[in-house]
Amino acid sequence: MRFIIIVKASPQSEAGALPEEALTAAMAGYHGQLAKAGVLLDASALQPSSKGWRIRYHGGRREVIDGPFAETRELIAGYTIIQARSREEALEWTRRFPAPHGENADAEIEVRQLFERDDFGPGDAVEQAREMGAGQA
Amino acid sequence: MPSTTHQAIDAVWRIESARIVAGVARMVRDIGLAEDIAQDALIAALEHWPTDGVPDNPGAWLMTTAKHRALDRLRRHKLIEEKLEQVGHELEAQQALIVPDFVDALDAARSDEIGDDLLRLIFTACHPVLSTDARVALTLKLLGGLSTEEVARAFLVPEPTIAQRIVRAKRTLSAAQVPFELPRGEALHERLASVLEVVYLIFNEGYTATAGSDWMRPDLCNEALRLGRMLAELAAREPEAHGLIALMELQASRAAARVDAAGQPVLLLEQNRERWDRLLIRRGLAALERAEQLGGAHGPYALQAAIAACHARANAAIETDWVRIAALYDALASTAPSPVVELNRAVAVGMAFGPAAALAIVDALRDEPAMQSYQWLPSVRADLLAKLGRNDEARAEFERAAALARNARERALLLERAQALGKPN
Repeated sequence: MRFIIIVKASPQSEAGALPEEALTAAMAGYHGQLAKAGVLLDASALQPSSKGWRIRYHGGRREVIDGPFAETRELIAGYTIIQARSREEALEWTRRFPAPHGENADAEIEVRQLFERDDFGPGDAVEQAREMGAGQA
Repeated sequence: MPSTTHQAIDAVWRIESARIVAGVARMVRDIGLAEDIAQDALIAALEHWPTDGVPDNPGAWLMTTAKHRALDRLRRHKLIEEKLEQVGHELEAQQALIVPDFVDALDAARSDEIGDDLLRLIFTACHPVLSTDARVALTLKLLGGLSTEEVARAFLVPEPTIAQRIVRAKRTLSAAQVPFELPRGEALHERLASVLEVVYLIFNEGYTATAGSDWMRPDLCNEALRLGRMLAELAAREPEAHGLIALMELQASRAAARVDAAGQPVLLLEQNRERWDRLLIRRGLAALERAEQLGGAHGPYALQAAIAACHARANAAIETDWVRIAALYDALASTAPSPVVELNRAVAVGMAFGPAAALAIVDALRDEPAMQSYQWLPSVRADLLAKLGRNDEARAEFERAAALARNARERALLLERAQALGKPN
């Protein structure tokens, strides 16, 4: 199962300030651990909302609203997607996530489980050979 | 005892057990003993954490506890001098081998001690003195952190069978005095091939289950993906480690499209490509690029990944670059020749250059002993003959394939194609 760790924005992240060295190192260390455990699928920091926009759907019309947006704590500053065997394992990994805006700064991360496609279904063992017949090992 | 603490301990254990076993194994030089000691540490956690609470750094707690126990054990058995001597010898040997940048090597070792321990553990669990079954079981148990029961369930065999297999494997390793170390030079490549083989075997067992009623067992696929991702990080300079994970990510990206709503398998060229997992494709393509950058474009896994990548890059089946696929199969046939690769090559050549060229390759395979009961040979041959308008021969080949088919639906499909070619003249 996949989970996304959502890091909420801060005034600094919204200002586009680069994080302090210690924080960068903590984040790199944590993500390195995830990668070495084979758990990390994807991660990225996001640019400030001043470089983004919203589309508002209203009364059957669409309106483009340029950033920045005021409600900083509702905004997203980055995300990490992990693959875990269980909810508990995901919980344990996320517990280790570094304080996202520095060790002593108030902050919040939010973890949500991704919907999986109706991944795998029953059948029998013909397809690999069929695939092979179609030119695929 | 609150069950949430138990769940937390279980989760911590799954995350940490491989590192702990690996760290302890470096001290005691025996993975069986290392696993026992790691288990002791787990038992200590089960005793203490429910009352004292889960420590802030549970992994470090377990590691420290396990290492203390390992030291106790070494002292108690008066083995410590002997083992220290052994470690000393190894350091000297290492120094002798890499004098020019010994300091660099030490620095690298310090910064990545855990990674190296884990690699040693993987190499030991996949050691060639062990049978393939034993390597698979030991790898899932020690590296994946699966319980014996879970390994047994994954392979649909009774738990005592797996338990015995693991015990015997550990005994074999001890008896053969397999050192807990990283292979070097040429040995590294041979041993790495053994590790990659084990991981891909686990993947394939999940991707095309050979036993049981489920056609795919996603848990096994996911375990193999996890191991493959680990390996690509830990052995980051080895191109085939990236080649293998590229191949597995690309194959796994198609998982949701391989079965239709009624649970029937869907052919690759008929799959709904919108159901392919873009994240896994992106990861697969990135890993393939890495393998190629490291000079490994012609490794067998990288080549298979490159073939899978041709499909992944095509937005529709009709856009598939068959000329490139045929060239990749040519390369694969020269690095890792096998009749099955050759048959695949024929299919790709047929798609790229027409049925006549493909038929020549297929015909050359007809005397191959390994292909005598392989229904895909007559079925591919039939398809090519039909495209060439040689309907009578095609019909006979479809019927021959039908007789070799492993299940009723497959047989019906092949007979249908035979009938579609009309009555014999």
